[in-house]
Amino acid sequence: MSGYSVTEPSPRQKWIAGALVIGYAVITILPLVWILITGFKSPSDSISYPPKVFFEPTLEGYVNLFTTRTRVSPETLESLPPPETWYDEIVRRNDLVIAGPSRYGERFLNSIVIGFGSTFLSIFLGTLAAYAFSRFKVPLKDDLLFFILSTRMMPPIAVAIPIFLMFRQLGLSDTHLGMILLYTAVNISLAVWLLKGFIDEIPLEYEEAALIDGYTRFQAFYKVVLPQAATGIASTAIFCLIFAWNEYAFAVLLTSGTAQTAPPFIPTIIGVGGQDWPAVAAGATLFLLPVMVFTILLRKHLLRGITFGAVRK
Amino acid sequence: MARIVIKDVRKEFGDFTAVQASSFTIEDGEFFMLLGPSGCGKTTTLRMIAGLELPTSGEIYIDGEEVGQKPASQRDIAFVFQMFALYPHMNVRRNISYPLVSQGMGRAEVKARVAEVARILGIEDILDRPVGGLSGGDRQRVALGRAIVRRPKAFMMDEPLGALDAEFREHMSEELRALHDRMGATTVYVTHDQLEAMQMGDKIVVMNHGVVEQFGTPQDIYDKPATMFVADFIGAPAMNLMRFDGEVAPGATSLLYDGAEVAVPRMREGRRGALALGVRPEHVHLDDAAPHRGRIAAVEYLGTTQILTLETATGALKLRAPAAQVARVGETVGLRFNGRTLSVFDARSGAALASDLNAQGGGDG
Repeated sequence: MSGYSVTEPSPRQKWIAGALVIGYAVITILPLVWILITGFKSPSDSISYPPKVFFEPTLEGYVNLFTTRTRVSPETLESLPPPETWYDEIVRRNDLVIAGPSRYGERFLNSIVIGFGSTFLSIFLGTLAAYAFSRFKVPLKDDLLFFILSTRMMPPIAVAIPIFLMFRQLGLSDTHLGMILLYTAVNISLAVWLLKGFIDEIPLEYEEAALIDGYTRFQAFYKVVLPQAATGIASTAIFCLIFAWNEYAFAVLLTSGTAQTAPPFIPTIIGVGGQDWPAVAAGATLFLLPVMVFTILLRKHLLRGITFGAVRK
Repeated sequence: MARIVIKDVRKEFGDFTAVQASSFTIEDGEFFMLLGPSGCGKTTTLRMIAGLELPTSGEIYIDGEEVGQKPASQRDIAFVFQMFALYPHMNVRRNISYPLVSQGMGRAEVKARVAEVARILGIEDILDRPVGGLSGGDRQRVALGRAIVRRPKAFMMDEPLGALDAEFREHMSEELRALHDRMGATTVYVTHDQLEAMQMGDKIVVMNHGVVEQFGTPQDIYDKPATMFVADFIGAPAMNLMRFDGEVAPGATSLLYDGAEVAVPRMREGRRGALALGVRPEHVHLDDAAPHRGRIAAVEYLGTTQILTLETATGALKLRAPAAQVARVGETVGLRFNGRTLSVFDARSGAALASDLNAQGGGDG
């Protein structure tokens, strides 16, 4: 038995900590796993009770997600030429034929455009504002910062009706631009505050060195401050994207046709041809992917970002 | 290479005046020290010369050109920061070449210049390393490299040795001075360490509370302090300032201090009232025949010398004596002042009175 360390946790403490983390992970991941496997179930398996853990996987949910189908009489079905593709075949098993593509792809693309568009805009404006607040003598700086923060002191949906009326007046209802502006407006306070914290941590000397080295202030910002702030920008971007990506209430209220995002669309799948849970689950699974990929790509930054500034190097 | 003239430069931050109407001239090729305690305005002065702060009023000439209100990027000077401020996302080579890239210099020439600087500083082997893992000394060298690679008109250095440990600082200060002598470029160097200033500087400006207290060579500043602040700030231990009420007449060669005559350099100015007699610890000698007396209160042994702290009728006095001299705590000894080296101050204004030793006195700061 070697001596113990004061700072290093004992094996038993490590074991308990590990068990807690794993337990928590299981609790959070379980619903996601359930959605993932439901996506591969047949509609009858998906609603069977007790729930089936072992089942025959099928892509029916995914096919139903991307298509609209019409019921045809068995005679007509037989008169059709043999199915050309695997998804034709899956659909015909239920006496259906594919009538056309669903709107999921379109909605998904809307989510991408609006989610990433508003994230980009929030970060762009947020970085400039945060830099100005951090470095320049802005009159009423503290009041302005408080005002920016105060925009988050009530749930955004509380102002849904004024926004609805405003959007109608300005012709922004159900447009990509309108949704991008709305999500940016909600995210900008978070972006300014988070990024200001990160930029405050970057010593002024780096910019001064660049100024001395013959660069303009904007070049110093762009070439020296921005690379230093990459960590903060990445973690802020993740938070902004997650909000814009998952936002449901405004999307229901303000979009219906051209600019509808995926979150309000997915539940509408339920109504088409019975309780099609596998299609809903498939839609949800695919919907999770972009944010997951984005977060995984930036997770190194995120980890450093959250603890940034806690300990001076 | 440039001569820098500072004329009536003043800097205010809101209600706070950081630098008050300062004027001095830095000759071409000089190693010039801005010395003072923290908050005295020396760094602000340096930053104004560099263009990182703009003066509230006054003029700054670099090479005959008035640059007071010009941005740093147009002044063609280099700056070495206390914390080095190496760009952390670049390796050593890119750090050093960065100022050249901003000038739009061709690749081949940048490469040649960086190689030359690396050779001068002995950092050829670390050129492709990231700056994150470098030792303090190497960071210092890279920061110097970034400064000299441009061949600027002048170098500004803001306590560049402050971030190094004591052992290495000594070595680096020699290296810095050697580099300066080799390149002959005007260098303005900020420090709060009077020893560093004396060691390295050709000229020193001593500042306090935003005011230039004295401007001169290290010898001048040490031997002929213009004010009581300078007398107290320079030297370790500092000059003894023995306060007394008395009188000194113009042309006098002695004054009455603590009941006995003390010889002083021939005075060119007279004053009556609160005075202070300035005497360096090495200019007081133990002499039982002398009229002034003191009791030894403490002895600090320093190897070749020892510092005695004496209690006298006008306050504590420090004396530097050879280590071999026998001195026991509690003993009362006679003190003889070296008359040619004494300064007399007006204790109210703090200014030195003009004498044959200190022709300028402290009248004009």
